[in-house]
Amino acid sequence: MRSKFAIFALFTLALLSWGLYQALVGAPTEATMGPVQRIFYYHVPNAWVMELCFPLNFLASIIYLITRKPAVDAFAVATAEVGVVFCTVVLLTGPIWARPVWGIWWTWDARLTSTLVLWLIYIGYLMLRKLSTGGPNPVLAAAFAIFGCLDAVFVFMAIRWFRTQHPQPVFGGGANSGIDPRMMHAFLINMLAFTCYGAMLVWIRYTLERTRQKVDEAHAMKSLLHHEAGAK
Amino acid sequence: MISSPDNPAVVLNEVSKLYGRFAALRMVSGEFAAGRLYLILGENGAGKSTLLRVLAGLIEPSHGKLTILGSSDRKAVKPQLGYMAHASMLYDELSGRENLAYFAELYGIRDRAICDQAIRTVGLDPALERRVGQYSQGMRQRLSLARAILNDPRILLLDEPFSNVDVGSAKEMTRLLGTMRDSGKTIFLVTHQPALLEGVADESVCMSSGRVIERVAHHLSSLETPEAKR
Amino acid sequence: MSVLGILRVTLTKDLRMEWRSKDAINSMLFFALLVVVIFSFSFDLTAEESRQIAGGLIWVALLFAAVVALNQTWARELRNQVLDAYRVSPAPAESLFMAKTIGNFLFVAVLELLMTPLFIVFYNLRSVGPVYQLVLASLLGNWALVVNGTFFGAMSIRTRSREVLLPLILFPISIPALLAMVGATTSTLTGEGSAHLPLVFLAVYDVVFTLVGLFLFETVLQAE
Repeated sequence: MRSKFAIFALFTLALLSWGLYQALVGAPTEATMGPVQRIFYYHVPNAWVMELCFPLNFLASIIYLITRKPAVDAFAVATAEVGVVFCTVVLLTGPIWARPVWGIWWTWDARLTSTLVLWLIYIGYLMLRKLSTGGPNPVLAAAFAIFGCLDAVFVFMAIRWFRTQHPQPVFGGGANSGIDPRMMHAFLINMLAFTCYGAMLVWIRYTLERTRQKVDEAHAMKSLLHHEAGAK
Repeated sequence: MISSPDNPAVVLNEVSKLYGRFAALRMVSGEFAAGRLYLILGENGAGKSTLLRVLAGLIEPSHGKLTILGSSDRKAVKPQLGYMAHASMLYDELSGRENLAYFAELYGIRDRAICDQAIRTVGLDPALERRVGQYSQGMRQRLSLARAILNDPRILLLDEPFSNVDVGSAKEMTRLLGTMRDSGKTIFLVTHQPALLEGVADESVCMSSGRVIERVAHHLSSLETPEAKR
Repeated sequence: MSVLGILRVTLTKDLRMEWRSKDAINSMLFFALLVVVIFSFSFDLTAEESRQIAGGLIWVALLFAAVVALNQTWARELRNQVLDAYRVSPAPAESLFMAKTIGNFLFVAVLELLMTPLFIVFYNLRSVGPVYQLVLASLLGNWALVVNGTFFGAMSIRTRSREVLLPLILFPISIPALLAMVGATTSTLTGEGSAHLPLVFLAVYDVVFTLVGLFLFETVLQAE
């Protein structure tokens, strides 16, 4: 297992490096937006990973409530934490990109708002786990994740329908309009690289959590079976 | 209800409760017959309250099996349980009667007379309009007991019912518990004052560090209990 | 002992207790008044601007006030560990959930009744669209706030920093409802755009989250 992970990690690192080169050097500078457009190679892949992590957490939460298996909860925590990290990156790179290009830091369009809401919800999820009395409460967190993800769907729809009077610049549409093949190349490499990176982080976090669970279980078992003098 | 070894009221099979690394209950096993009053004794942190809460269904055991009145279905058995903790589990803003009327409804009991009777049984006045928040500690404890016996449960779980009660009331409550035990109820009573229940308790269950370390049967002779029970 | 029967007695009990102590109502009222007044003199608006903004302001004020009420109603069950008495009994969890939600709904409705005239007065509001839509938005929006608030209130009683956690997890979840409420209110007040879509949206939101809450409440109640 360890060697498989090491190989995967090296592969990911290689991809990331190659992706970095392609993004900063290999791909040509975009005609209208200039060098700042290169953020696109990070913004979109990070968004993609986040969009994988949160639904996975949703599924894991449902499965956890049904089966109550600690491994499932470990996966849920991992995807939530990694998702929050990637979401933070998205929320930071978006405005950095938008400001020079479109002149605004932020707009309340459907995608941005639901991303922000998801971020808030998952911060709430992590805080719920942290602040539970008597140790993290996976049942409560799972229930909350279900509410949260359902809500994100509603947020998206709500903004779509109720906010049409504001200008709606479209982000992330760069891949559709006659894109230079070298840019496409850089983009795809980074997509792959970040997906692997995200998977690697989830794997690490999952293993960490699972190990912690097993250590606790082992301690608990030991204390259960430990015989004291005079015990029946 | 005849107590017989074939139909134990409660059967515990290696019941354990873990909080992270801390084991509050460790492989607790045992059979408890119906129609008996068990004293649960032990130092602080021995797991006495945890055991009671597991029996009450408030805590889910991490391991092990629990059979109450022949069933492992915790939901089905709820109407047969009565639980009393150190906290009063009563609404301070309501009167005694109002409190009991509400809790009775939770068990499907509509008859107000049952509530009044329960209040009288513990030595309080059902007509008392005062809010529970203004009761003395002893009165509150007694009302809490009334709440616990409201549904005429076959299994009574009492966590330190005498902690703030004066000796006289404690004696009365003890007598009441004895009567209930005689009618076939199984009573588990956590206490730090076992002397109060001498003459009524059938067995002492001693716990330490989450385990049951000893069970001592009491021999109740008619000399110790002036009122003949048989 | 039916689900509705227990709902009824729990609700009655809560209302009676609230009537006697007036804990929740008092704090909510005071808070709401404060919010209305502060907003009023912070924003000096023309009549037209008022109509654009009032929707949002009213709902923000209600959201804050509702959080105060929500904390109170669950805090009551924690005193003397009286919630344990419910959990030990065979009474269904769904009844408790519905009773608390309806109780909170009524408290917030009282607040709405008191705050709305104040808003109308301070902002010189006059509605262009039909008033029944405003009432409908109020009712549906109110339910949206309290159904989630009650559920998360139950969750947060098992946590530290309860007063902080409840708003933290409630606000993001309520955003779609807030958007729809504001949309419907503003459309009705200004007469621009239709309030139908937001109202239907709110109704769907209410139904979905009520069902999810009912489904998951027992799990949350029995979790330690």
